[in-house]
Amino acid sequence: MTRARRLGTALLGGGTGTVFLLLVLIFAGILAMNPGFFEGPSLMAFLKQAAPLVILAAGQYFVIVSGNFDLSVGALVGAQVVIAARLIDGEESRTVPVMLVMLAFGIGVGLVNGLITTVLKVQSFITTLGMLLVLYGAIRLWTGGAPTGSLSEAFRTPGRLGITGVPVVGQIPWALLIMLALGAGAILLMRTRFGRILMASGDNELAAKLSGARVDAARTAAFVLSGISATVAGILIGGFAGVSAQVGEGLEFTVITAVVLGGVALGGGRGTALAAMAGALAIEALFTLFNQMALPATLRPAVQGVIIIAAVAYAARRRTRPALQSTASPS
Amino acid sequence: MIAPTPRRLGTTALIYLALAGVLALGAAAVAVDGGNLFATANLVDMLTRTSLTGFLAIGMTLVILCRSLDLSVGYVAALSSLVAATTMDGQAANIPLAVGLVLLVSGLIGAANGAIVAFLKVNPFIATLGTGLILKGYLDTQYKGPAGDVPAVFQQFGYTRIAFVPVSALVMLAVAAAAVWYLRSTRTGHHMYAVGGDVEVARMSGIRTTRVLLTAHVLCAMCAGLAGLLLAARFGTGSAEAYTNLYELDAIAAVVLGGTLLLGGKGGVAGTVAGVAILAVLDTVFNVMQIDPFAKDVLRGAVIITAVALYARRQLDRTARRPRFASVQGRPS
Amino acid sequence: MQTTRLAFAAAAALGLLLATGCTTDTPADDAATDESAPAADSGEWFVQAEYDEQLAQRDIEPEGDPNTPWLQAIEPEWVDTTEFKREGGDATVCFSNASVSNPWRVTGWITMQEQVKVLQEAGAIGEFRTSDAGDDDDQQISDIQAFVDSGECDALIVSPSTTATLTPAVETACASGIPVIVFDRGVNTDCATTFIHPIGGYAYGADAAEFLVENLEPGSTVLALRILPGVDVLEHRWAAAQQIFGDSEIEVLGNEFTGGDAAEIKNIVSQYLQRGDVDGIWMDAGDGAVAAIEAFEDAGKPYPVMAGEDELSFMRKWEETGMTAIAPVYSNFQWRTPVLAATMILNGEQVPAEWVLPQEPITAADRDEYLERNADMPALHYAKFGGEDLPGFPDAWRDR
Repeated sequence: MTRARRLGTALLGGGTGTVFLLLVLIFAGILAMNPGFFEGPSLMAFLKQAAPLVILAAGQYFVIVSGNFDLSVGALVGAQVVIAARLIDGEESRTVPVMLVMLAFGIGVGLVNGLITTVLKVQSFITTLGMLLVLYGAIRLWTGGAPTGSLSEAFRTPGRLGITGVPVVGQIPWALLIMLALGAGAILLMRTRFGRILMASGDNELAAKLSGARVDAARTAAFVLSGISATVAGILIGGFAGVSAQVGEGLEFTVITAVVLGGVALGGGRGTALAAMAGALAIEALFTLFNQMALPATLRPAVQGVIIIAAVAYAARRRTRPALQSTASPS
Repeated sequence: MIAPTPRRLGTTALIYLALAGVLALGAAAVAVDGGNLFATANLVDMLTRTSLTGFLAIGMTLVILCRSLDLSVGYVAALSSLVAATTMDGQAANIPLAVGLVLLVSGLIGAANGAIVAFLKVNPFIATLGTGLILKGYLDTQYKGPAGDVPAVFQQFGYTRIAFVPVSALVMLAVAAAAVWYLRSTRTGHHMYAVGGDVEVARMSGIRTTRVLLTAHVLCAMCAGLAGLLLAARFGTGSAEAYTNLYELDAIAAVVLGGTLLLGGKGGVAGTVAGVAILAVLDTVFNVMQIDPFAKDVLRGAVIITAVALYARRQLDRTARRPRFASVQGRPS
Repeated sequence: MQTTRLAFAAAAALGLLLATGCTTDTPADDAATDESAPAADSGEWFVQAEYDEQLAQRDIEPEGDPNTPWLQAIEPEWVDTTEFKREGGDATVCFSNASVSNPWRVTGWITMQEQVKVLQEAGAIGEFRTSDAGDDDDQQISDIQAFVDSGECDALIVSPSTTATLTPAVETACASGIPVIVFDRGVNTDCATTFIHPIGGYAYGADAAEFLVENLEPGSTVLALRILPGVDVLEHRWAAAQQIFGDSEIEVLGNEFTGGDAAEIKNIVSQYLQRGDVDGIWMDAGDGAVAAIEAFEDAGKPYPVMAGEDELSFMRKWEETGMTAIAPVYSNFQWRTPVLAATMILNGEQVPAEWVLPQEPITAADRDEYLERNADMPALHYAKFGGEDLPGFPDAWRDR
């Protein structure tokens, strides 16, 4: 219900409407292939596995809208899952303390990214690329190359289980509820003064600074929010599927694609959190559609590439603002 | 060691100083470990490592100067290695045809990238990520493993060396020199700085910005084509799997290490070559010292951030003090 | 279609007969077919002769002590190595590793290092130098060149990142006059003193597929989960499975690339289950196998018949659930063999030119024995790692 209403308002609202149009088209495609997909349980299953990417997209949105990039989220998600497995090591009682450690770690990584970018003036592409390498290597150095330990049942609950016995849908996944809560939080946050500063610092840094906004602080906070979102995503992904050595790999590109699909301009200053999250949902739906169509697996990247370019080009045409921004490469 | 340098030292000079610093530190570390960084084997290793990233980074410099980006170069290089190897098919007589075909194919991909960025107004990050995915789909569908056969003559490109300088590194330096000349002495080269500085101002001053962008992308992809030819020469065959190595990120890191702004409009190929060399020296030092592969990643990440941090602040200050468009006249460093 | 299948089946059967027939008297013939096969069939990924040979090798009793499978060899053709004989026991052995980017390689790498320690303490070898190419073929070519150029290696071990692409580099190394030992993936040259590998990808894929065919009713559905396209060793596994499924009444629902990522695997399997029943799971490598099983649990479906790998997380889940499964093995203990081969060569002892190690899947019959042996080991450890008798056991593998 909520989703339908949100979808409706956003479509009528225009602006970043492309992503919602895309979402409708993809869902229509899935419906044509397999009407059963829209029955409660399978829809819930879809939302459960889409939740981590949606949450990551919300985090990445803050960073991108303020004019930066966070390429380290995939490695951070992977690191968090490995940290959880190693520290919990199957002990139920350690679940909550370890989650707090993970949260602190996620905040710490975000803070380091933010401070290096704002204080040391390193372009965020390089900061977070470096962080990606550091996290990837450090976590393997710590575990001797492959994840060790195991997760507790309690740790796996948020990502894997839900409220059972609900009529029609069967199970409402915790992941969905967490996604809705954080998504709503992200939307509300953008309506606060902090949100406006963030948007302004991406749109016109100088003007924002002149108007007395603490641009650097806001941008650093955006990286911290991204780190937190990667932590939550890590908890959900680890909960959903358990530990594997490859977890999180390549997520950074998927999530940036999702945010841009949502009409958020790389370079900052434009786009809404809701549309960014819808972009993530669209990407997940697209993968589902490919699966439903039984499209040969090797061809999927090609089709994905065409759709992404087409969607972003379409959105760029509809924009009223001059095209100047859209060719800008963010720092 | 960078702080005391005189304030009017150019960015490029600063980067070569950084390279010298990395070399000195690396040599010291290797010496403590009981080795010699400047032994022939290590020099060869260092220079060989510069070739591949070098080709990619030179092309990448051009697009980044235009405030664009190309994330598809790894895929272009992989495809080029296959086009080269399958066209040569073991026959030395086919080499010219294969080289021509590689440059044509990669140039066309570059043109597509440029057109999507310039005409469809798609952000280059997404545009080239998208074309990269399309190429990946093609490669995955078409090739289930290495294919083609490179004749021994062409393999010389990857293996021959004069004293301790590999031919591939010489070719890379020649391409770099050509690119430096291109940026300094041709109109399109100058325009690249203008487009990267401020595309609107550039347009209003009569520069055909779309054409400049298109040219940069075509040249960048052709450089990736050269990288693909080098891969084919080294492998003796073509390999689709080459795209898994994220060469594009290495190239971008090298460009930024070389002092070119990701925001465009400032920097140059000479700096890029130093950036490539810094990464190669690091790799060789790590190899000689047998650093744990995971520690290598950590150190690499830390060094990249530190190096850029060391001169980023100063560089940004300079940019901020000058009006952006001034860099059109500014010397390509 | 039907005729080609028949032809394949007939060819496979004939090859099997021929190969088993030749076991003892003409091993040279096998080597000959192996050499000529890739060239004869270059257009196709699937090479019938290699497939036939590998399937046949599964039934050949390897020479050597079954308690040290890493020293066993199937139909070895011994070559003389006196030209490399070296006195002193302080030889520098160099190792160019493709990468340690997955748990299988991590496990093997630990085993190799422990084996090296033993040999160093025994005074069999001196320094052991390594380089790691991070899965980058070009990097590994440089690594090999650097070893050769340094002139300090008395023997070179190479674990190639990709089969074809490392060929020129390995040829250069051979030409420098030091003994070259290639293991795991091969190269397209026989210049190496010895090429060490378990039976191979076709046998692996066939072990898995045959088990599914045997344990599923005709008309059952199987989902194939694969790691990546374009990696030759993995493509062989899938090619063999396609042969066997093609000859059976099994319906293959699809083959999906997962990158070995558990979340991706669980997601894909869940989607298939949402659309219909999946009776069996075939995997080209066991990474993330547990996530596939969990997808069945979460969907409330009965467990599939499954082919995973000898990774402990999968084997423990298999025991816990009592499902029908098999753990095909790509013998991890092969990581011990190259350093041992290096010492043999430096002593001038004979080694097999192609050292084919045994490769036997773990079945329900010996599963518990392997689980017990590896009770202390982490989840992403491989049961047939073959390092139990090394002094570093179990700490080196457990507390890494």
